[in-house]
Amino acid sequence: MDLAADCVVLSAILFGLGVVGFVFKRNIITIFMSIELMLNAVNLAFVAFSRQWHDLSGQVFVFFVIVVAAAEAAVGMAIIVLIARNRHSLNVERVNLLKL
Amino acid sequence: MSAETVLFIVFAGIAVMAAVNLIWQRHPIHSALSLIVVMVSLAALYLLLGAELLAAVQIIVYAGAIMVLFVFVIMLLNAGEEERTEVSHAAKFLGVPLAVALTGLLAWRMWAFAPAAAASAVTDQNQTKMLSRLLFTDFTFPFEMTSILILIAILGAVVLAKREQ
Repeated sequence: MDLAADCVVLSAILFGLGVVGFVFKRNIITIFMSIELMLNAVNLAFVAFSRQWHDLSGQVFVFFVIVVAAAEAAVGMAIIVLIARNRHSLNVERVNLLKL
Repeated sequence: MSAETVLFIVFAGIAVMAAVNLIWQRHPIHSALSLIVVMVSLAALYLLLGAELLAAVQIIVYAGAIMVLFVFVIMLLNAGEEERTEVSHAAKFLGVPLAVALTGLLAWRMWAFAPAAAASAVTDQNQTKMLSRLLFTDFTFPFEMTSILILIAILGAVVLAKREQ
């Protein structure tokens, strides 16, 4: 049993769960959390590969992913607050101005 | 079974169960707490993989800063239970098998790229030092770009969330 290979499989499972949450959830905050879950899964794969190939660049990339996730969370939360203020709902089904 | 394997199974199990709970729960605050559990168990896995600094950063930045933002917004917007809406039949019957297929495909391809032979598990004693050196030599330009990115994100958040006069 190899730790890094198992971590890669776990990362794929978490990513799949994130995709399911992204597609099936209706609350915009929970959808955002599913995106964070997917980012975390990718980070885990980066760290596992970094250990397996003995290359620390993978861990540097995780740093950058975390920074981008923080920036994304700040802007995303501002957008969510704006949507909630304008639509009076957090349901994505109600945000359909662009829908034909 | 080595202690490493046991710890991996425990934390991987916690992470997967918490991720399933994230999808299962209908109230956003329950989902947020599940996501914190996922992040903390991932930090434990980072420790197992020998990435001490990343484990600390994961707890401080992800489980700390980002999740506080989520919980704060849930509180601010007084988010209630998710409304249940009709899912189309195609999504209901095709969605889950397709998600399982995606997971399997990802796992299979990535597993193939993790060479089992190289598993000598030589973790460097001074990994944090080497990581910092790499960050400030080879990756200086991206590192500086992230500071601009953060600045733009702050400005964007303030401009977006500001009340119109």
